[in-house]
Amino acid sequence: MFNPTIAGITVRATLGRRRALLFALPAVILIGLTLVLRASRPDASDWPSQVLGDFGFSVLLPLTALIIGTGVLGAEIDDGSVVHLLATPVRRADVIVTKFAVATAATALFAAVPELIAGLIAPNEARLAVALFVGAVVGSAVYSAAFVLASVLTTRAIALGLIYVAVWEGLLSNLVGGVRILSIAHYSLGVANAIDPDKSLGAGLGLTTSLVLAVVVTVGGLYLAARRLETFALAGDPA
Amino acid sequence: MSVIEFRNVSRWYGNVVAVNDITMDIGPGVTGLLGPNGAGKSTILHMIAGFLEPSKGTLTVDGDRTWKNPEIYRRLGLVPERDSVYAFLTGAEFVTATARLHKLADPGGAARRAIELTEMSGAQDRKISTYSKGMRQRIKVAAALVHDPEILLLDEPFNGMDPRQRLHMMDLLARLGDEGRSILFSSHILEEVERLSGTIQVMVAGRLAASGDFRAIRRLMTSRPHVFRVKTSDDRRLAAALVGRDYTHAVELTSKGLQVRTSDFGAFCAQIAVITRDENIRLTELLPTDESLESVFGYLIAN
Repeated sequence: MFNPTIAGITVRATLGRRRALLFALPAVILIGLTLVLRASRPDASDWPSQVLGDFGFSVLLPLTALIIGTGVLGAEIDDGSVVHLLATPVRRADVIVTKFAVATAATALFAAVPELIAGLIAPNEARLAVALFVGAVVGSAVYSAAFVLASVLTTRAIALGLIYVAVWEGLLSNLVGGVRILSIAHYSLGVANAIDPDKSLGAGLGLTTSLVLAVVVTVGGLYLAARRLETFALAGDPA
Repeated sequence: MSVIEFRNVSRWYGNVVAVNDITMDIGPGVTGLLGPNGAGKSTILHMIAGFLEPSKGTLTVDGDRTWKNPEIYRRLGLVPERDSVYAFLTGAEFVTATARLHKLADPGGAARRAIELTEMSGAQDRKISTYSKGMRQRIKVAAALVHDPEILLLDEPFNGMDPRQRLHMMDLLARLGDEGRSILFSSHILEEVERLSGTIQVMVAGRLAASGDFRAIRRLMTSRPHVFRVKTSDDRRLAAALVGRDYTHAVELTSKGLQVRTSDFGAFCAQIAVITRDENIRLTELLPTDESLESVFGYLIAN
């Protein structure tokens, strides 16, 4: 299923671009903010879960996943170079799985690892750091599947993703409880909260629900993306 | 020896018909797909390459449908028109990666052979982003040839190439055709097709306007009436002089000058200067008014 040749090209395409610097920016902000808070409020116990949970899972994780997830395949579709990949006998499912794996690993690198580092910098929060790291890794996978799917469905995947993150997750899921069932951030928080229960994380779903929904969205997203890629069409020239 | 078969194939986008009820066979050798922009050439190529589904009819390569059939790429190579390649790779990396995606036993060796065939060995270690348009085209051909396909499809392969690069590409395609491969390339330039292919398929407005031996179709094209607009110091006297010539079909005096219809393009062009000199008429404008491919192909359809 995993194709190392596609993975190699994707890693170079994703991390070789200048915009790869963008991936590191939210992580640098999170770690910098943690350092400042640790220096200014070394004894406070409320801020780590709020900063790492809120900023980390509402901004850092989804935005990093959005940029990477929509780019690993969407950029090739946009510029047409995907034809060179698809004009080979490689199974379309292998293309999707490989793109997904690279997106998940890159998102985990630029979002989950910084969560872990920031958690370890925060005072007495080693357990929280591990919880957030695991939650963010789960979130990296689910977001990547969703955004890879979006990139094969539409050329406006980034706009669609931003609306999902900002409106659905950022606004509606905090106002309407039922919406959380389709909130990837809440799957991540549900996993993190199960490892280190903390009310200030604001987790709205239990561990089982979070994991089941995470698996359903990931597997379903990848399946639909592979099916869609099987029918990838090049624009013709209407007379 | 592979054969591409179209049987009553149509393709439409919403209400717009891009390809209209095409039936044709494309076999070994070099075949040119000729037609003006928007005639449906790319649509034809994309359907053969499995990147578009025919809206109607059947399209097969050696009996196998191409749509949703990635296995077809073991026998088929595609050189798309768009210039987009993985510009951050070197030429050798790009072709070797393609060989790996084809799961060839010796990807490095296959890549070397394909790169040598396209005479890109000297530039193979440079990043594709540094290549000229012609070099990009050749490295795309190398990637399309790396698995030694029986069918090679090229969409406007000469676009952006300088004359030397064109000649080189033409030689390469001719050689590949002589080896028994089925080479199909699209072009909107008559001379490109003329130099390269014995067989052509002429597309106009989504329809197959002419099909078969190039020389026969070319004769049809050159024997058609040509229309010129001529402005002189004395249009009426020139009209009188032209009417007596056997290559003149009709002469019409208009407010914009003379409109001359001739059956012999070459003879008219050679004689017009002689006639105006002999008649002591000053020639101020000589303009062919129907030399667009559309008008040439329109004539073919009508005949």
